[in-house]
Amino acid sequence: MSILSNELREKIQAYIPRYPNKQAVTLPALHLVQDALRCVPNEAVREIAQMLDLAPSEVYDTMTFYGFFREDHNKLGKNRLWVCRSLACNLRGADDLLGHFCDKLHVAPGETTKDGKITLEFAECIGACEGAPCVLINDEHELNITNEKADQLIARLQKA
Amino acid sequence: MSNYEPILLARIGKPESYKLEGYRADGGYEAFLKALKNSKPNEVVDTIKNSGLRGRGGAGFPTGLKWTFLPKDHPGPIYLCVNADESEPCTFNNRILMELDPHQVLEGVMLACYAIKSSRAYYYIRYEYGLSYRRLQAAIDELYAAGLLGQNIQGSGFNLDIYLHRGAGAYVCGEETGLIESLEGKRAWPRIKPPFPAIEGAFRKPTIVNNVETLACVTQIMRRGIDWFKSIGVAPDPKNPRDAGSYGPKLYCVSGHVNNPGCWELPLGVTSNELIRLAGGVWKGRKVKAVVPGGLSMGFLTANELEVPLDFNGPGKVGCLGLGTAAITVIDDQTSMIDVLHNTCQFYAHESCGQCTPCREGTGWMLKITDRLRKGQGRKEDLDILVEVADRIGIMPGSTICGLADGAGWPVKNAIRKFRQEFEDAIKTGRRSHLRPLAMAH
Ligand SMILES: Cc1cc2nc3c(=O)[nH]c(=O)nc-3n(C[C@H](O)[C@H](O)[C@H](O)COP(=O)(O)O)c2cc1C
Ligand code: SF4
Repeated sequence: MSILSNELREKIQAYIPRYPNKQAVTLPALHLVQDALRCVPNEAVREIAQMLDLAPSEVYDTMTFYGFFREDHNKLGKNRLWVCRSLACNLRGADDLLGHFCDKLHVAPGETTKDGKITLEFAECIGACEGAPCVLINDEHELNITNEKADQLIARLQKA
Repeated sequence: MSNYEPILLARIGKPESYKLEGYRADGGYEAFLKALKNSKPNEVVDTIKNSGLRGRGGAGFPTGLKWTFLPKDHPGPIYLCVNADESEPCTFNNRILMELDPHQVLEGVMLACYAIKSSRAYYYIRYEYGLSYRRLQAAIDELYAAGLLGQNIQGSGFNLDIYLHRGAGAYVCGEETGLIESLEGKRAWPRIKPPFPAIEGAFRKPTIVNNVETLACVTQIMRRGIDWFKSIGVAPDPKNPRDAGSYGPKLYCVSGHVNNPGCWELPLGVTSNELIRLAGGVWKGRKVKAVVPGGLSMGFLTANELEVPLDFNGPGKVGCLGLGTAAITVIDDQTSMIDVLHNTCQFYAHESCGQCTPCREGTGWMLKITDRLRKGQGRKEDLDILVEVADRIGIMPGSTICGLADGAGWPVKNAIRKFRQEFEDAIKTGRRSHLRPLAMAH
């Protein structure tokens, strides 16, 4: 049995004509798999490699360069919450904000809440410095985060 | 300069400024269609060359000149890579353009591709910019539907496809050859140059890498002409043969300790004071201690240097690396420069790709030492060690493959030179900064 559904396979295949070689589909494939499975298990690495005419080690090598992708022992929760800690945010209290999220969620950066709803991470600059301190929920910015706003965000993500 | 009329941001604030219909109603794509009909590709290259446009991605390299480095009469393919990685801390001007006026950027992509005879552009966008990604994809879909992308565009014989390619959260993907490696499906390890991408780039073919704001400028130059562009900014200094001038408008983003952070379009050459005024002044009625002139890697301006013109040559005259991305970050007088420097070092230690020993080890050392300073455990010799490490990891002696190492070292050298007393006092008194162990995890 294949770990990649037919639907996922078709989506990956659809990227192939965009590039002069198949290896270039590595990042799109990793994104598609992680979005669906919340991690990229070893078996998926093997299957991606097969689809792209690569050695599994080539896919794995690329994947592990980007701290963004998770292996199955370290699966993501339903939502990923990134708290920016770079200078613009730091100057406006990002340290305290990250601490607040840790306290409220009972996790350290990199960990997932017990109910599997939220993975907390720190981010290097997420490019929304006009709204510092800011966070990224999956790939969407939320600006000017106070402790109250943080609590509302958590409540929203726990319901989602 | 207060009466400067924004051009790059002119459409921001209009309802649905990101849709094709509104863009075309404002004259959008006329410059592209005109070029397609009336100009040869090399004429477009000449126009950009003569406009004096310098790249907005950080290095300020003349855009038209870069385009001429492509091999003549190459059978193709030739690629354009749009650099939308924008991960330099404190920088968000590209995001504003992509979210709110993606067609202005895409018209620049199309003009650039026509000029360099490329029929395929890869638009490399950092993963974190979800809204930009979706707006751009929708805009590209609109262009295909309108017959402005694809095969034989408007019967001209010119073919063009634009593909978005999402990154995965790594700063080094913004370095042009790191970007290319990442696009090719590998780890984003910058390549040793030469060969430069114009000769051997993406998929080993000739490639031009350009920044998003640079391409928006291309659109406006092709629409409004060279004279318009050259009437803005700063002319070359006749006494300095290496000064190529700083023409045109620039998006300055202002963040940190100001009342109203934001992004402003102004002529190249405005001052930090002017930008701080626009951003509503320093918060809490405080004073400025330092300003980062252009993304974290440029170093710092002191409170006495706020009248330095922010053009391509200004910050370099007071010991900064350069203008960089023109992202101004204001640091108030209640902030510890040790905390600021620690934050800076944390960033580079996290983002070094690890290929070159001086960069990988040096950024780690600088983080360790600044961490020690923050904890009140600094040693007398630490400042000299920091400066020595920072001096040795840069690309100046040619010891590293890309510019990240230089960018990591510059703020360190600069902060210690300009704020040495503060660092020495902290070491003498063993003063600790506000510590929060969780956030220090790296
Ligand atoms: C570590 C590093 C990160 C960079 N990040 C970016 C970036 O995010 N966006 C960008 O346009 N240029 C970035 N650059 C500069 C690019 O290498 C390149 O000079 C630029 O994209 C060229 O485009 P331009 O000529 O239009 O400015 C970075 C350079 C280095 C050394
Ligand atoms: S200088 Fe640093 S980031 Fe650049 S290639 Fe070398 S190790 Fe990687």
